[in-house]
Amino acid sequence: MDFSLSEEQRMLKDSAARFVKKECQFEQRREQMRSPLGYSDEQWAQMAELGWLCIPFNEEYGGLGGSLVDVMVLLEELGKGLMVEPWLSTVILSGRLIEMLGTEQQKQEVITAVCSGQMKLALAYSEVGVRQQLAAISMEATPRADGFVLNGEKTLVLSAQAADQLLVVARTSGKAGDEQGLSVFLIDPNAEGITLSGYATVDGYRAANITFDNVQVSGSAVVGGVETSLNDVGLNNAFDSLQVVMNEAILAVGAEAVGVMDLLYQTTLEYTKIRKQFGVPIGKFQVLQHRLVDVFMQCEQSRSVLLMAVLHYVESVKESNKSISGLKVQIGKSGRQVGQEAIQLHGGMGMTDELDVGYYFKRLTCIDALFGNVDFHLERYATLV
Amino acid sequence: MDLTIGLKYHEFREQIQKFIRENITDDIREAGRLATSVFAEPKRAMAWQKILYKQGWAAPHWPKQFGGTGWDVVERSIFAQECLKANAPPLIPMSLLMCGPCIIGYGTEEQKAEYLPKILSGQDFWCQGYSEPGAGSDLASLQTFAESDGDDYIVNGTKIWTTYAQYANKMFCLVRTSREGKPQQGITFLLLDMNTPGISVEPIIGLDQVHEQNTVFFDNVRIPKANRIGKENDGWSVAKYLLMFERGGQEYAPALHFQLAEVRNIAEQVDVAGTSVWQNPFFKRKYCELEIEISALEFTENRIKSALTNGQNPGPEASMTKIRGTEITQAITELALEAVGEFALPLQVDVIEPGSTCVSVVPEYAQTVMPKYLNARATSIYGGSNEVQRGIIAKMVLGL
Ligand SMILES: Cc1cc2nc3c(=O)[nH]c(=O)nc-3n(C[C@H](O)[C@H](O)[C@H](O)COP(=O)(O)OP(=O)(O)OC[C@H]3O[C@@H](n4cnc5c(N)ncnc54)[C@H](O)[C@@H]3O)c2cc1C
Repeated sequence: MDFSLSEEQRMLKDSAARFVKKECQFEQRREQMRSPLGYSDEQWAQMAELGWLCIPFNEEYGGLGGSLVDVMVLLEELGKGLMVEPWLSTVILSGRLIEMLGTEQQKQEVITAVCSGQMKLALAYSEVGVRQQLAAISMEATPRADGFVLNGEKTLVLSAQAADQLLVVARTSGKAGDEQGLSVFLIDPNAEGITLSGYATVDGYRAANITFDNVQVSGSAVVGGVETSLNDVGLNNAFDSLQVVMNEAILAVGAEAVGVMDLLYQTTLEYTKIRKQFGVPIGKFQVLQHRLVDVFMQCEQSRSVLLMAVLHYVESVKESNKSISGLKVQIGKSGRQVGQEAIQLHGGMGMTDELDVGYYFKRLTCIDALFGNVDFHLERYATLV
Repeated sequence: MDLTIGLKYHEFREQIQKFIRENITDDIREAGRLATSVFAEPKRAMAWQKILYKQGWAAPHWPKQFGGTGWDVVERSIFAQECLKANAPPLIPMSLLMCGPCIIGYGTEEQKAEYLPKILSGQDFWCQGYSEPGAGSDLASLQTFAESDGDDYIVNGTKIWTTYAQYANKMFCLVRTSREGKPQQGITFLLLDMNTPGISVEPIIGLDQVHEQNTVFFDNVRIPKANRIGKENDGWSVAKYLLMFERGGQEYAPALHFQLAEVRNIAEQVDVAGTSVWQNPFFKRKYCELEIEISALEFTENRIKSALTNGQNPGPEASMTKIRGTEITQAITELALEAVGEFALPLQVDVIEPGSTCVSVVPEYAQTVMPKYLNARATSIYGGSNEVQRGIIAKMVLGL
């Protein structure tokens, strides 16, 4: 067993850490979160420049051919800088879905544009009542002679406002509850019949609910092409590929959460050394010492489960569901404890918008709600033991 | 041993229900429904206080001669339950629960006559100026100094975390009048007018993006000595008396039962692939665990109440209800978060403002779930942090 980083991975980690230090100061991040766009275009261009948009993609399409280990290395550092760019939705949720499911031409066009920073994407999959049970998706894409007509509503589409193209999961056959019958469409968000109601999220991201009212799309909008998606094999692919993409997203936010927890632990530890009450630094109180030790252990345990899940995934995409659910449970529980303790030990200061502590706490809270929370993944885990 | 509640209480409950039904307005209920903090939206909370005031019910826990109701502890808790059920917003605690009792206990006759009626009627809005940047848990180390100058004090210093100072026209505060002896010995309890020259208020925005707290600066603020409660350098006794009163009068269980029922109501509405979250046995189990914890607290509180009825003092054991009450509050907000999943994510500060016309992007039941979760983190920090409360029990009850 070897958990050491390769030379390239170490360089990636260092450059991400430098970027966070230089470009992601808290005040600056807070400004960005409050701006209409929600992030900075220049920073996005820098991320493209640094090669962070092409890490997991195949070289054929302009990618770096990296693995989820590289994604993990990057995201842990970016988490410490309160990432708000549409990275997750563009690169993992959408980019990787196209790479798994798309036609040669779609991959050439879309992934190349993603890698160069020219195209941002968002994945519209969730609906009221879906709650991460992908088979429950019910939005319909009705076939017509020259394509499909889409009707329905998608909720909480992450980074939708920034997207140049939307990936929309809809049903071309079957009914809610069927794993088969789902297809993915690549659609211009300005197409007629699409209404996007956007909002900020508690952790500073942007998201939107999107309604589709008789939206007409051509057959070529189907990711993977009409032929494959209209035969059963193709349809199954959409479901399976979505599952894989969700697993990759969990690995990514898992790494981000580990970075966030580490940062909160360090910040809180430092605070208990300088904050004095009753004439001593509060870190001298044994009860707080023990609580910080627990926080430290949660951070370490989370990092371990992250490594386990990433390595299992790299070893076998198909066999890693259990480890990945394990990771989501671990970071959900540890994230809550670490976040809550960080606030509690900061006292009143922890409750304010003035400290970054609250922002990291909120990010951890939101990460638990994304892609299935602790309850969801404990149940999935239970079906696999 | 007896669990039955006398018949007279049933009649009492009906009488309360009738009054609330006939007098509460939709606007006021909305403020209660949307409240994400123990500090409700002040305009509507004050409107509710005025309605209760006219009926003589603004301060049920005060002695009758000063405007209390004369209800016994059971009646008071029935009243609290019925207010909750009707979605009445909680009354702002600083005036009625904190300042009033101090004046009753330690004020002169003139002070009682001057301040108490305006507290009851809501004409005065009080804020609490205890904490300072350097004095939180260690309150006795406070440094805001009041220098004697003839019939006045000249006050200089900074107070922090002052809830609703932006609405208050009055403040009760602790200031230092002597640096001799133990820190507790040089503290004085003062009442002051927020319009006095030299006072400035700066907002502190919370992590839930709501403005509740403030920093209050004192720059040579002249306060008449007549505004002092108790003796000079004896403010610590007043503050301690207030704490005792606060703890004796507070009951968590009724509100907790109510909040938990709300979570059930939410869970029944959250659709998951055709069934509801409430149907999920994982979820129901957590719900039941919390209900049992609340029942335990309810009967602990009943035991304390019963001791009070028999003329005993609750004592430091009351720290237990603060710890358990706030911990369960927090756990309930977590359960709600788990119930609504990603519907908790949108930032909806404008939508949940009472009277707002902003459109919610999530189902109504999910609107206040995240703000309540975020805000409830403060409950284990304020009013003496739970670490400090455990310290009190260890020392005063366990004798460690
Ligand atoms: C929402 C909110 C509203 C408030 N409203 C008011 C108000 O209206 N008026 C007012 O005067 N104040 C108000 N406060 C202030 C509140 O009383 C203080 O925040 C509280 O006393 C804690 O002080 P601190 O914030 O300085 O934290 P600190 O005292 O610095 O504590 C930091 C951490 O150290 C722990 N700690 C400290 N001492 C010990 C010890 N001896 N043993 C173990 N652990 C210890 C604490 O428990 C906490 O976890 C409010 C606070 C909040 C959060």
